[in-house]
Amino acid sequence: MEFPILSLMLAVPLVAAIACLFLNASSARMVALFATLIDLALGILLWLNYDIGGAQWQFTERAQLFAGFQYALGIDGIALMLIMLSVFLMPICILASWDSITKRVGEYMAAFLLMEVLMIGVFAAQDLFLFYIFFEAGLIPMYLIIGVWGGDNRIYASYKFFLYTLLGSVLMLIAMLWMVNEAGTSDIPTLMQYDFPVGAQLWLWLAFFASFAVKMPMWPVHTWLPDAHVQAPTAGSVILAGVLLKLGGYGFIRFSLPMFPDASADLAWLVFALSMVAVIYTSLVALVQQDMKKLIAYSSVAHMAIVTVGLFAFNVQGLEGAMMVMLGHGLVSGALFLCVGVIYDRLHTREIARYGGLSINMPKYALFFLLFTMASVGLPGTSNFVGEFLALAGIYEVSTFVTLVCTTGIILGAAYMLYLFRRVAFGEQKNADAAAMTDLNAREWAMLAPIAAAVLWMGVYPESFLAPMRQDIAALETRLASVAPRYDSALDEGTPRENAANYVEYEGHEEGEH
Amino acid sequence: MNSILFIVFLPLLAAVVAGLVNKSAPSVFAKSITTGALFISCALSWPIFLSFVNGSAEASVVPVLTWVQSGALSFDWALRVDTLTAVMLVVITTVSALVHLYSWGYMEEDPDQPRFFAYLSLFTFAMLMLVTADNLVQMFFGWEGVGLASYLLIGFWFKKPSANAAAIKAFVVNRVGDLGFMLGIFGTFWVFGTVSIPEILEAAPGMSGATIGFLGLRVYTMDVLCILLFIGAMGKSAQLGLHTWLPDAMEGPTPVSALIHAATMVTAGVFMVCRLSPMFETAPVALGIVTFIGAATCIFAATVGTTQWDIKRVIAYSTCSQLGYMFFAAGVGAYGAAMFHLFTHAFFKALLFLGAGSVIHAMHHEQDMRYYGNLRKHIPFTFWAMMAGTLAITGVGIYHLGAGFAGFWSKDAILEVAYGRGTELGNFAFWMGTLAALLTSFYSWRLMFLTFWGKPRWIESEHIQHSVHKTPEEAGEDTTGGYHPHESPLSMLIPLGVLSVGAVLAGQVFAPTFLDDAAFWGQSIFYNEDLIHRMHAVPYLVKYAAFIVMLIGLFVAWLAYIKDTSIPGKAAEQLGPVYRFFYNKWYFDELYHYLFVVPAFWLGRQFWKLGDVGTIDRFGPNGVAWVIEKGSVGAKKFQTGYLYSYALVMLLGLVAAVTWVLF
Repeated sequence: MEFPILSLMLAVPLVAAIACLFLNASSARMVALFATLIDLALGILLWLNYDIGGAQWQFTERAQLFAGFQYALGIDGIALMLIMLSVFLMPICILASWDSITKRVGEYMAAFLLMEVLMIGVFAAQDLFLFYIFFEAGLIPMYLIIGVWGGDNRIYASYKFFLYTLLGSVLMLIAMLWMVNEAGTSDIPTLMQYDFPVGAQLWLWLAFFASFAVKMPMWPVHTWLPDAHVQAPTAGSVILAGVLLKLGGYGFIRFSLPMFPDASADLAWLVFALSMVAVIYTSLVALVQQDMKKLIAYSSVAHMAIVTVGLFAFNVQGLEGAMMVMLGHGLVSGALFLCVGVIYDRLHTREIARYGGLSINMPKYALFFLLFTMASVGLPGTSNFVGEFLALAGIYEVSTFVTLVCTTGIILGAAYMLYLFRRVAFGEQKNADAAAMTDLNAREWAMLAPIAAAVLWMGVYPESFLAPMRQDIAALETRLASVAPRYDSALDEGTPRENAANYVEYEGHEEGEH
Repeated sequence: MNSILFIVFLPLLAAVVAGLVNKSAPSVFAKSITTGALFISCALSWPIFLSFVNGSAEASVVPVLTWVQSGALSFDWALRVDTLTAVMLVVITTVSALVHLYSWGYMEEDPDQPRFFAYLSLFTFAMLMLVTADNLVQMFFGWEGVGLASYLLIGFWFKKPSANAAAIKAFVVNRVGDLGFMLGIFGTFWVFGTVSIPEILEAAPGMSGATIGFLGLRVYTMDVLCILLFIGAMGKSAQLGLHTWLPDAMEGPTPVSALIHAATMVTAGVFMVCRLSPMFETAPVALGIVTFIGAATCIFAATVGTTQWDIKRVIAYSTCSQLGYMFFAAGVGAYGAAMFHLFTHAFFKALLFLGAGSVIHAMHHEQDMRYYGNLRKHIPFTFWAMMAGTLAITGVGIYHLGAGFAGFWSKDAILEVAYGRGTELGNFAFWMGTLAALLTSFYSWRLMFLTFWGKPRWIESEHIQHSVHKTPEEAGEDTTGGYHPHESPLSMLIPLGVLSVGAVLAGQVFAPTFLDDAAFWGQSIFYNEDLIHRMHAVPYLVKYAAFIVMLIGLFVAWLAYIKDTSIPGKAAEQLGPVYRFFYNKWYFDELYHYLFVVPAFWLGRQFWKLGDVGTIDRFGPNGVAWVIEKGSVGAKKFQTGYLYSYALVMLLGLVAAVTWVLF
């Protein structure tokens, strides 16, 4: 048996979380930072030891518990990347809460560390029920983070968040029970190969869809997100946008697509329709927002729609693109929420109109903000471009119409993000208090610089991130190949024309020579 | 040939260093390293170009780094150097180096100089990545990179609301074009299985008869792909419909206008069509559209240019119009001529912009030509430089002498080839081009006469009033207001001098190479030898057409702005509606505002207030909460604890049950 590194990654934050409950504020901060950094180090170790092209499931751990329920962990390349995203963002979240959280610091840090346990767990779980527990338990710390340390309207937001997400999960649990009964196992890798009856797939798919669509979130079940983001503390927003929103996409790629391929193909139209509406609708809503966090929250919905169309393109480009958008969006929207947090900490308002001209007094901040804005817009050379480009290229094979509608997102995205940047960082310094704000301090710099580096790395050399996932995506594509939809852009080669379009014959009497 | 690595990456390095150091070092540091990097790039570029001219160089590709591999879709970072790239290299690095130098003088008093120079170098890097691209996606990288730099530089004076609006407009309008470009790349990938440009060009003729589904229609594959890509070109090169951002882009500092919005970035669309010319030659409908849009833009922009007062806007519309020439040249198959006009235009248009900058510098930031006049005596060097540029753009030259300024060679070639093409669209382009040449001559000389001739009208300008602390009344008879325009510093005059040489000689020297030398172009563009023979065989009247209309334009301008200055006012009055139509730029901005901007914000608010809040939340979570709340109130009533109410319910139930059983 190899070294149980995944269990260790779960244990470290769990122990630290318990410790934090009994510590005073400053030691709780140190313990939390230390624990998350250890997990980051373990994560890097995990990545370095991950054998690209090796077995599909690596670092597996199995322990039988009661009633067929097993403690089973293991990761493939997709899970590895999402775990990396989680452990990378976690220390940054702790840093982001360093000064701004002053009440119940120990409990706060414990909630975050518990969150980390559950997030790693959800990506590493190899047992259906273990997955369900991690998946649903993640609600609790987030609910507390919003409900206890959130803004003025935190109770409404936290209930809305809880209601929406719970609704979907009940249906998912019923579907899971049926599946285990039918297949006789709760082992996820086995279930991914199991062929469920086509008739049942439809219902199972819909039950899972109810849960994942809310988590994603897809239109029209997205309205919990703006409220949750607005009310959550900065670090809560970062985790929400960075990791929790990826659970929906992960669910699709891990469950819906491989386990119910026929239903996925049959209902792809539904996903496309909702995604197309989401791109146009939420982008336009983002355009008119006056609250920074709301604007970025709505932009997240539009970006996640690109993920869903990419996933349901059923080809390598679409799937890899969707994964890259998830990773890129996790970094970039997380960073954008941090950027909001930096100025919120100084002025205690999220109202865009209260700022302006920040390039003058906060040039370093403006540079980071610009970089993340451009990444969000999908400028080539940044992480989001690679993902969006691949996902949209993938969907082109299936439907040119869906591609056309979803690609308008690059126009609308540019409009609302640049409009935001202009109102915050450009223009005259209208407000004296905003003009008096100081530039980034060392702690804030240490939060934003690593993300900036990762965003550029992912944009210039995405091979580091694509390579571990390649084999798993290829396997998924093979599984989906038989049901992949017929494309509307089918090519008929015809007979080539004889001449070039501007073919002319020269008759040969020149009147003059130049 | 690895000097290309230095040519491309030195500007990037300089930009990063200058940008990060920013104000922590004296601004001369940022200025020196960026300008130095550009002069080195320029010095390395010319030998490459000349080796292609004398035929000693061959096309090559320098791989840099893996970029993306996703199934069959893979593309790398690589630098391609062939004839077409070499032409662009010298244009970009030369103009950029000169603009860097010019900015030492022009931006001298600006507190944000390091940022400015970093942006300029960043732009140059992105533009170089664009022209050295070996695959469509790297071209798109450069495409977006120059868009970013353009956005940052238009909005460089970010305190001005107008500059911010113009910057956003430029980016967003370009994104509309990028939508087409991206769809074009996707389609090309699925048709050819690759995004590598050489592979696509090789396979394209085999697809010339292919059809494909697009938005539910059955269309010719190559036509739809080329049209999509051309939409991208229209955005970047400000062609009719997507041109609205270019005039507004003049909000940026003048050196930026010269580099980005005249000489280099806006020609990227022309470059793209030429780069993909073997592909476009398989798409007759797409080429027809290119020709038509080019010709239409050419005449549209020229009409607007005749009525503007802002010196930079006149030149901006002129740029738009000249790009139209390049496009219809490409549309009729004369890619060499299109590239030649791109090449000469870069010199004389950069010269005109930098000259205008020198005038603006001399006139205390005043840009309105109504307040100029008589400046040739005060800033003679600038005057002669502008003169060279004007002679070049109006195409002064005599065919039988075989002598002329730069624009003469390239513009005449384009008009001749359009005529020689012998199709209806070709003739349309020829007539539009000739008419536009007349207007070009008119507005160019109008600019010269208003600026450099006549009496000084300076005191009317608010900028001058601020400078001399006088009102027009106080100045009385002295319309100069006692203001003394000064010639610009040497750092600004040297670029003007160098570009003047280019404006005078670039056509004369390189015409045989660009137009007639099939070996020079090699495989880098589609070279149509028969068409070039036809171009040379057009009637003499066609060959002299441009020269004749130039004289007419000059004469009218002289009549209206020197002989009798009351004519323009009367003409504007007589031609009221037409004048206003031209003066208001054919009302494109207003149209788009009410067609796109207003509805977008309105829809956004409706979706938010009526959709999210009014419907989804109301009937979703809030609705559920309401139902539960009301439901529990109702449920509470069932548990009153009073015996009689329980008895009543039991009785009712009994009656109901009995009724149900009996009937």
